[in-house]
Amino acid sequence: MSVFINKDTKVIVQGITGGTALFHTKQMLEYGTQIVGGVTPKKGGTEVEGVPVFNTVEDAVKTTGANASVVYVPAPFAADAIMEAVDAELDLVICITEHIPVMDMVKVKRYMEGKKTRLVGPNCPGVITPEECKIGIMPGYIHKKGHIGVVSRSGTLTYEAVHQLSENGFGQSTAVGIGGDPVNGTDFIDVLKAFNEDPETEAVIMIGEIGGTAEEEAAEWVKANMDKPVVGFIGGATAPPGKRMGHAGAIISGGKGTADEKIRVMNECGIKVAETPSVMGETMISVLEEKGLVDKCKTH
Amino acid sequence: MNIHEYQAKEIFRNYNVAVPNSKVAFSVDEAVEAAQELGSGVTVVKAQIHAGGRGKAGGVKIAKNLDDVREYANEILGKTLVTHQTGPEGKEVKRLLIEEGCDIQKEYYLGIVLDRATSRVVMMGSEEGGTEIEEVAAETPEKIFKEVIDPVTGLTPFQARRLAFNLNIPDELLGKAVKFMMSLYQVFTEKDCSIAEINPLVTTGDGEVLALDAKLNFDDNALYRHKDIVDFRDLDEEDEKEIEASKHDLSYISLDGNIGCMVNGAGLAMATMDIIKHYGGEPANFLDVGGGATAEKVTEAFKIILSDANVKGILVNIFGGIMKCDVIAEGVVEATKQVGLEIPLVVRLEGTNVELGKKILDESGLNITSAESMADGAEKIVSLVK
Repeated sequence: MSVFINKDTKVIVQGITGGTALFHTKQMLEYGTQIVGGVTPKKGGTEVEGVPVFNTVEDAVKTTGANASVVYVPAPFAADAIMEAVDAELDLVICITEHIPVMDMVKVKRYMEGKKTRLVGPNCPGVITPEECKIGIMPGYIHKKGHIGVVSRSGTLTYEAVHQLSENGFGQSTAVGIGGDPVNGTDFIDVLKAFNEDPETEAVIMIGEIGGTAEEEAAEWVKANMDKPVVGFIGGATAPPGKRMGHAGAIISGGKGTADEKIRVMNECGIKVAETPSVMGETMISVLEEKGLVDKCKTH
Repeated sequence: MNIHEYQAKEIFRNYNVAVPNSKVAFSVDEAVEAAQELGSGVTVVKAQIHAGGRGKAGGVKIAKNLDDVREYANEILGKTLVTHQTGPEGKEVKRLLIEEGCDIQKEYYLGIVLDRATSRVVMMGSEEGGTEIEEVAAETPEKIFKEVIDPVTGLTPFQARRLAFNLNIPDELLGKAVKFMMSLYQVFTEKDCSIAEINPLVTTGDGEVLALDAKLNFDDNALYRHKDIVDFRDLDEEDEKEIEASKHDLSYISLDGNIGCMVNGAGLAMATMDIIKHYGGEPANFLDVGGGATAEKVTEAFKIILSDANVKGILVNIFGGIMKCDVIAEGVVEATKQVGLEIPLVVRLEGTNVELGKKILDESGLNITSAESMADGAEKIVSLVK
């Protein structure tokens, strides 16, 4: 088991003929992901990397039976691409594209109300269930199959955490990048809920950053509902207020969204927070030791 | 992106959001001329900088006649204003807004922002105009009223009326207040604003509802579809190094410390600043070179970091995932040779081909210290700059 994706997930790539999408399609195929089709308007009927290309998501789904899509479409057209995937009733849409205008995402979220599709991202590295399915842009080889769930707002910081876990012999059940934008699909709580219900996942590492209050809300949820240990890290303790730190959502405004406040609430809710990004793995291991979960989680 | 008050008011006029008559002036003579043309008895001379708190810093003056206008314009133009939003170095005033005075009856607050928790746009209002809304929110949150807006319908008239009633705007001005709110929402959505703030919104003795101040910020990601807004950009208000970085598609923020950082990925870049601080150092910047860190990009990044005279050492922290470490190492070596680096450089590489990458650094003959982990890198650079 795992969350959101596994070896049976059938994926289409939206914007497949673009440079970045092509590169990552190849990488995903090499990893073993079932890429069953691609979508680029007016390129229907062609083939890239041995994958058939369709004009619309609807056509692609009808022909291939895909249940997930990954969006690499450029920012001005990405919101529309997400809605097209939602309209085709896919179970999951993962949007890698960054720099989508916020007002476009506000409309997308409204459009998705009452629909069945789960959106992960935008502006995220994607989702990976090690040794089964990789959807996104993360380096596959650092991941090992195992029992630690990873959820994060940042790409490279996720790789850092995964690397520290794998190096120490602790594989991951699934790693989910929820993205660095202020308006996104799946949030921390959605992923924590899924990990809580996933029998393969024994513990979770949650990586947040400055801006908004999603980490605080997630911490409260953990305190009230989570049966499995959660450790955390928050990036941006030294970031000055009022400055956007790369990610559109990483900004302290009106005194809200500071790292100190997030860490305080997480600690209060029983989440052990790594003091530096260098000890995210160590912090997890110390909690596993405390809970007697080391033997269960040690995978290699 | 930020714009000046006078530019925001120009946009407002196009959307029928009521504002007092005003003109921009770049010199003392232009200021007097503008006041003459406005022909109002009382004129307000307002410093135009991208920061709030101008009044308290002496950047807003009420002139009773043209001599006053000349005197105040002379005083404010070229002056460096230090407000709670400018930082201690302050900002030099290069533009003035000359505005007709009005008979203020009461001051309100009106703002539109994105509410991240609901993924919706929210209009907020308060009777406590003029003061910082954060203070009102902290001390008397019950005095702030909110309307969450459905993007399908936009702000509805009933919501605008409800907000106006909650703010106790007099009945005879209800129509004007509603029109103001509806038009302001139109500005917000059509121009892809990230913040629209009117503080204060005023009612006047002659029965008007006016934006006395106007602050508009825009979503950088949407600027591609708003050429008119991009034209409002005032480079004098921005950090030179940040402007240079944006030309090379690098995400750079200038900070006060002495350790330059170059990192791939925004989250890791923030975390790198944090770990430098943890080991007793002070980061000089945030810099995300992005996923595809080529030799050219690394070179430009080094140049920008080194243009900051405070920088006494550099920490490069790269997690090479898809990008291979040997390619990055070659880029770092190439860039170091090109810029003739004379200060300590610590490089931490992790990921694909890491051993090969380290070998390239070690054999380059350059003064590059390689680090084993983020913690090791941070410790090394902190001790090297001390």
